Amino acid sequence: MDKLFAITLDVGSSLANKTGAWRTNRPLYVDRLPPCNHACPAGENIQGWLYHAESGDYEAAWRTLIEENPFPAIMGRVCYHPCETSCNRGKVDETVGINSVERFLGDEALKQGWKFAPPEVETGKRVLIVGAGPSGLSAAYHLRRLGHGVKIVEAGPLAGGMMRFGIPKYRLPRDILDGEVARILDLGVELQLNTKVSNILDTMQKGRFDAAFLAVGAHIAKRAYIPAGEAARMLDAVSVLRDMEGEEKPMLGRRVVVYGGGNTALDVARTAKRLGATEAIIVYRRTREKMPAHDFEIEEALQEGVLIKWLSTIKNMADEGTLTVEKMALDATGFPQPTGEFETLEADSLVLALGQDVDLSLLDGVPGLAIKDGTVQVAGNMMTGHAGIFAGGDMVPSERTVTVGIGHGKKAARHIDAWLRGTEYKPAPKHELASFDKMNAWYYADAPKTVRPMLDLARRTSTFDEVVHGLDETNALFEARRCLSCGNCFECDNCYGVCPDNAVIKLGPGKRFQFNFDYCKGCGICVSECPCGAIKMVPETI
Amino acid sequence: MEETIKFYQTGTFTVGNRLLKDDQRTVQADMHRTNSLNSGHRACQGCGEALGARYAIDAAMQATNNRLIAVNATGCLEVFSTPYPQTSWQVPWIHSLFGNAAAVASGVAAAQRARGNTGVRVIAQGGDGGTTDIGFGCLSGMFERNDDVLYICYDNEAYMNTGVQRSSATPPAARTATTPAVGNFPGNVFGTGKNVPRIAMAHRIPYVATASVSNLRDLERKVTYAMSIDGARYIHIFVPCPLGWGSASEDTIKIARLAVETGLFPLFEAHHGEVTARTPIRHKVPVTDYLKLQKRYAHLFRNPPDEARIGLIQMMADRNIADYGLLN
Repeated sequence: MDKLFAITLDVGSSLANKTGAWRTNRPLYVDRLPPCNHACPAGENIQGWLYHAESGDYEAAWRTLIEENPFPAIMGRVCYHPCETSCNRGKVDETVGINSVERFLGDEALKQGWKFAPPEVETGKRVLIVGAGPSGLSAAYHLRRLGHGVKIVEAGPLAGGMMRFGIPKYRLPRDILDGEVARILDLGVELQLNTKVSNILDTMQKGRFDAAFLAVGAHIAKRAYIPAGEAARMLDAVSVLRDMEGEEKPMLGRRVVVYGGGNTALDVARTAKRLGATEAIIVYRRTREKMPAHDFEIEEALQEGVLIKWLSTIKNMADEGTLTVEKMALDATGFPQPTGEFETLEADSLVLALGQDVDLSLLDGVPGLAIKDGTVQVAGNMMTGHAGIFAGGDMVPSERTVTVGIGHGKKAARHIDAWLRGTEYKPAPKHELASFDKMNAWYYADAPKTVRPMLDLARRTSTFDEVVHGLDETNALFEARRCLSCGNCFECDNCYGVCPDNAVIKLGPGKRFQFNFDYCKGCGICVSECPCGAIKMVPETI
Repeated sequence: MEETIKFYQTGTFTVGNRLLKDDQRTVQADMHRTNSLNSGHRACQGCGEALGARYAIDAAMQATNNRLIAVNATGCLEVFSTPYPQTSWQVPWIHSLFGNAAAVASGVAAAQRARGNTGVRVIAQGGDGGTTDIGFGCLSGMFERNDDVLYICYDNEAYMNTGVQRSSATPPAARTATTPAVGNFPGNVFGTGKNVPRIAMAHRIPYVATASVSNLRDLERKVTYAMSIDGARYIHIFVPCPLGWGSASEDTIKIARLAVETGLFPLFEAHHGEVTARTPIRHKVPVTDYLKLQKRYAHLFRNPPDEARIGLIQMMADRNIADYGLLN
């Protein structure tokens, strides 16, 4: 024995004593599903890309992100970020500003000119996509990356769909939209504009397409019957927002009333303010709690001076621009009921923002389809009742947001790919959810969320400049590092440090850890002291 | 020191972190740490003392460039680590008697000096029984002569090795084999016991500190500092005992953390008899959070709970918080 300094006796090492035999439970390293990933309608691996952003490797972060979603710069502006709503850090101090970091990565990619990797193989199959909105573009991106030939046919003059014709510029600058769309087309996706598909089966046959993905969106404004004089100026929200993209801005006048309670109603009211309206009033028949619009949009609109009349319906509009509004009251079941109490509002124009319907005319004569409540019914694999025709986005039953549309595009692309290969796409089984009770939050240092600087209010309502500004590199890094890495090892060395029996082997950077079951007594300290809940105890088998 | 690492994921409190520079990580995060107390020792599952001893001796080994001799008092630590012919120690180590660890260490330090072995440092270590009761005379002598020894007491608040008998470090109300949970005032009596860190301070030795297995960075910093100075030094480390306290083995660090966060075990440093620094409580919690996890206090939570004595324990915690200024 090579004796250590000052050792005199020949002694054996206790390594001969395999204390692992005492164990009745054994620890197991696991990867749990972080709640942000779980909540993301586009199925992003948020914890995964934040992990790279934390070390300042923004390109690796971006590349992980675009595995699921090709639009980080757009997402970072228009996504309603359900990831943040579910973020476990909210229970420690404030949720991680995932959306701001995503936007930073997206902007960085545009600035640095990072490109998508081209497909590795060409399958020779051709897929027709109808509609160049978020869902269609997302499907095109994923199908092209899988090696399929993709052609998008779009009825409008430009790609983007509701991202261009529904979301105002102050929320999504058009150079960002154009940049992220161009990157998809650069993959070799063919785009044909100004072409309305009137018969899907014809178009597929003529173009020799093997499958089709329909994502035409919902562009037909819903109407409500409101008796109005000949000269009364009544418009719908979809056309107002669409016209904002043209040369001729819509004429709304100085006093604008918007009827409806969704995000579109707020977009129109805020747009009206920017067009010079002195008054923009939203009339909504229920209360704020029931309003479908997102809270932060309501808040921003109110800050900009938009007025909201709750519990009110519009009865009629007279020629000289006078609206009659009836007050409502909630009944015992929480539904608004007319009170018979009226008031008048002066308005130069009335914009109806009551929701949108889908133009289903391209599906006329397609056998096997099921249409319900004005939307196309699809199976779990996004396929309609007609084999080879898939559909997604606003035209199928769903929550109508950009992110959900993008998620549909991805999901459909994976199923179309499998269908074209004659197989079935089976997503990997989901990991167990990394809920807050599985974590040890004591280890996380307190740090508040970096608040994105808001444009000066006065300036905001007079221009179409972007309202919310981005993070710069230092605070984006700071924000990324606030991620708790829920359910996934981030190599904090806690298990390695806290084991009283040195029974955790550190494998080195990027390689995580391993248990030495010769000595692990199964005390479970590593499990309770793992900050992110990436270890669990399981009973020992005999 | 903790504050200089502006790092908001973790890293400020965890053992290491992949994003930290090597010199900002703890000794325990090192792939090549000494493992002074090696695997195969016979401590119970979740032993706080085994953990505390490895934390402290590994840090001291790094601070002295492995030129270290450890002297051990009798107790759990000695028994579970060295059943002949095996040893878990990967450091020169000697055991003599229960009560003389401080005196043996004084002698080892003198011998090193006599032989001209400059740079060889000496640590004496023992449990609370060997320190606060049986070895107390030798310890006081070592302090009084300002011998060049760091004495580390691993405090698990009773004689665990012999079957959980009360020591002068056993806290009020705790049930032990000799303070059973019977009668009108079950458990250990109030108003007894010694506060050895304060007694060490009364000797005005160069350095006294308290540490906990729940705060590794704090512990390593104190041990490293202690090894950088000469003279008599004393560190008192709080090490929960799942067996003696009746707690779950996985809760060892959690209980140590709660002892700190309640204020029951204040973390502080003292130089030459004056308190010079304290580690603030991060999230203050009531003492019941700490007591309820341990069966030795179960009698306090019978139906109805013993509010009066729980209140007294809360007063002890609050008094520590006020005395040491533990809340920022």
